[in-house]
Amino acid sequence: MTAIWTIAEYGLREALRRKVFVVVCFLTIAFLGLYWLGARYAFHHVAGVVPPEGVDARTFAGAFLFGMAMFGTLFLGVVLAIFLTLGTVRGDAERALLQPLVVRPIGRSALLVARFLGAAAVCVPYVLILYFAAMLLTGLEGSWWPDRIVTPGLELAGGVLIVAALSLLGSVFLSSIANGIAIFMLFGSGLVAGLLGNIGHVLNSPGLTHAAKIAAWAIPFEALYQDALRAITEKTSGLTGFLLRLGPFGGAEQGGAALRLWAVAYIVLVGAIAVAGFARRDL
Amino acid sequence: MSAALAVSGLVKRYGAVEALGGVDLEVGDSELVGLLGPNGAGKSTLVKIACGLVRATTGHAEVCGARAGSREARAALGYLAELFRFPGWMTADELLELHQRLAGSRGGERERGELLELVGLREARRRPVEAMSKGMQQRLGIAQALVGSPRLLLLDEPTSALDPVGRRTVRKLLEELQRRGVSVLLNSHLLSEIELVCDRVVILLGGRVVSAGTPAELARPRGVEIETDAGKRMYPEAGREDIPRLIAELVRDGKNVYGARLLTSTLEDVYVEAVGGEGS
Ligand SMILES: Nc1ncnc2c1ncn2[C@@H]1O[C@H](COP(=O)(O)OP(=O)(O)OP(=O)(O)O)[C@@H](O)[C@H]1O
Ligand SMILES: [Mg+2]
Repeated sequence: MTAIWTIAEYGLREALRRKVFVVVCFLTIAFLGLYWLGARYAFHHVAGVVPPEGVDARTFAGAFLFGMAMFGTLFLGVVLAIFLTLGTVRGDAERALLQPLVVRPIGRSALLVARFLGAAAVCVPYVLILYFAAMLLTGLEGSWWPDRIVTPGLELAGGVLIVAALSLLGSVFLSSIANGIAIFMLFGSGLVAGLLGNIGHVLNSPGLTHAAKIAAWAIPFEALYQDALRAITEKTSGLTGFLLRLGPFGGAEQGGAALRLWAVAYIVLVGAIAVAGFARRDL
Repeated sequence: MSAALAVSGLVKRYGAVEALGGVDLEVGDSELVGLLGPNGAGKSTLVKIACGLVRATTGHAEVCGARAGSREARAALGYLAELFRFPGWMTADELLELHQRLAGSRGGERERGELLELVGLREARRRPVEAMSKGMQQRLGIAQALVGSPRLLLLDEPTSALDPVGRRTVRKLLEELQRRGVSVLLNSHLLSEIELVCDRVVILLGGRVVSAGTPAELARPRGVEIETDAGKRMYPEAGREDIPRLIAELVRDGKNVYGARLLTSTLEDVYVEAVGGEGS
């Protein structure tokens, strides 16, 4: 247990000394600043618009903007998670940083768990802070608040953790650059699958919806994100709700408890494969 | 008590490459064994198997009675890789502290200070690794391997980046460790260094042991050299017991004898012979 804590802390200290947090803070402030400006203008504009019958313009704008902020949050969280984990095994072994640690009497599995916890300790608070900051800005500018406050943020954090686990798994087999590219591509494909699912829903195409469902179970971070999007307008009905579910920043898919359970199982499964692969690796 | 390191029938294949082809080797308590061999002979592979970084294809390796790679085995050893890097942002003191925690050492600040002193890095304890020269990093690597007073030290070319004084420091350090009962397996290409400190030498070639023994056992007599007023003269067939007779004969013939020397092969001769004069 102390070894796990030692390694997790080592990862955190590295991020701190390597000025990861400074860069992240700077970019995050820039992101929030831009978002705030965008929200301000959008709500200003919406106040003077006469929407079609049955559409609540303020709700539409709020949910759409906040959905966009959630995408930004997911994206930044994923970038952070990938960069914190992409070189954990092969990358660090190739740079000859890993061997002195692995030779110590801490298990290889403990080392992986520790690196995952270290990344989680950075990414989860980061995602939650960003999520709540964006919510606050939206609420203050447009007096619009999401239907569910906490769950969507946790789902976003869960999605980021899934990507972190995948990146750790990739790091067992791939060198840093290859792993980084692979995980980003996986992330991209997940998003595309989600979009296709949305389109399939609107077009009422069972084929597309089915394909998107399979993708959602194979890489469930996207399904969590969709579920989070759906949750922020859970109680929005009528034409507004329908229009929101059409757009790229509206969720059509409902995940529910099964999805959340699967997400946890998925992380455990990915971790187990990573541990098994690492145990066999010559360093 | 079981040997610090016991290896038998060790085979390691990397795909089609056979790095080790059935190696038997033992490092006894407080014994300092030198592992020699040309580039690619399998020295590093052997050491990596001993510390659990690499899995043997077949054969056995035990560290202090525990299977190599097990937690107990790793707890009993200190290792310095031939190629290693420490995080550039860490200071010498922080690095040692990290390894103390991982090794479960309770030595605290006192141990860290002693180790840095031992390798001549006392002044650099607050210096980050990225601001250290290669040789300083290697010294730090040796200190790191000594954290937690391991029973077995596996050193893979620990002096390759050191200046002559640094090498001497390490030699003295090894002698001191031996007095304290630490066992050492030392990989090196510096034959003179091995000859000076090692109790036993093992020469690997193509993944097999081709020669082993104490430096004295390995060294073979190569005759006697006697200096007279007529210059130096070699008696290649003569041994130690022949020296008094040879001198008596020379004196009888009216020569002045200034000195006599028994010649033995150096470790270098032995090495070159063992590896068949084959370079890398
Ligand atoms: N990861 C690996 N994959 C494939 N082959 C390897 C690997 N590591 C070592 N080898 C091969 O195994 C053999 C032994 O290598 P090893 O590093 O043990 O030699 P060495 O005696 O330490 O050499 P040197 O004196 O150059 O350090 C070499 O033929 C090498 O090419
Ligand atoms: Mg080597």
